[in-house]
Amino acid sequence: MERTRNILIENEHDIVLCRRASREMARELGFNLVDQTRITTTASELARNIFEYANHGEVILESVTDENGIIGLKLIFQDNGPGIEDTDLALGEGWTSHRGMGLGLPGSKKLMDDFTIESTKGVGTTVTVIKWQK
Amino acid sequence: METRVPILKIKDFLIVPIQVDLDDNSASRLQHDILIRTEQTGARGVIIDISVLDMVDSYLGRLLGDTAQMAQLMDAHVVLTGMQPQVALTLVELGLKLDNIFTALDMESGLELLETLLQN
Repeated sequence: MERTRNILIENEHDIVLCRRASREMARELGFNLVDQTRITTTASELARNIFEYANHGEVILESVTDENGIIGLKLIFQDNGPGIEDTDLALGEGWTSHRGMGLGLPGSKKLMDDFTIESTKGVGTTVTVIKWQK
Repeated sequence: METRVPILKIKDFLIVPIQVDLDDNSASRLQHDILIRTEQTGARGVIIDISVLDMVDSYLGRLLGDTAQMAQLMDAHVVLTGMQPQVALTLVELGLKLDNIFTALDMESGLELLETLLQN
């Protein structure tokens, strides 16, 4: 099984490819159906954010293991787009600077176990999320 | 690249079986197609079946809710059928509210619901 996989986000269809790849990897790692769906939905939300705000970027899927041997799936979404001035504000529900309901970031945070966002205005944004197996 | 979803007419109803994972453009196209067909046929109800979809994200969820609201303005009820349990669970966790849309477990109960709605 592949340990990492990269998906370039350059058009709307790449969002579909990204959720498909996330689903496959989550299934291969042995995640249950509910967690597969949480992971796939998060992949879709955050890949769409890349396309909407930065036009293009990259998603990296990576299988990880913690110190107790628990297996997880890490997804990194990175772009060189306009960046977010106030990430705390962006994590509030309903905040959106674009079409959509502003559920992408706060929703993904709820669906996943670990969530970090680093963003610099004018440089880009990286969102990293992990789902651990129970 | 765009995927067209078939829209079938049976009596006063339109049946829309979404059989593949749609990209955003195709989903938006589908909304447009449903409204046009509703107008052309004078349909009183629309069943959108999502039983094969293994994921509904905020974009598609919002689009389906909006479609129901738009069709309602054209005097047609929309019933969403066949949502898988893990999809329902994830949508609620995500924070999406689908207030404007009727739902049914499967297409058969969706049809029954539409018939009841139209009798009242």
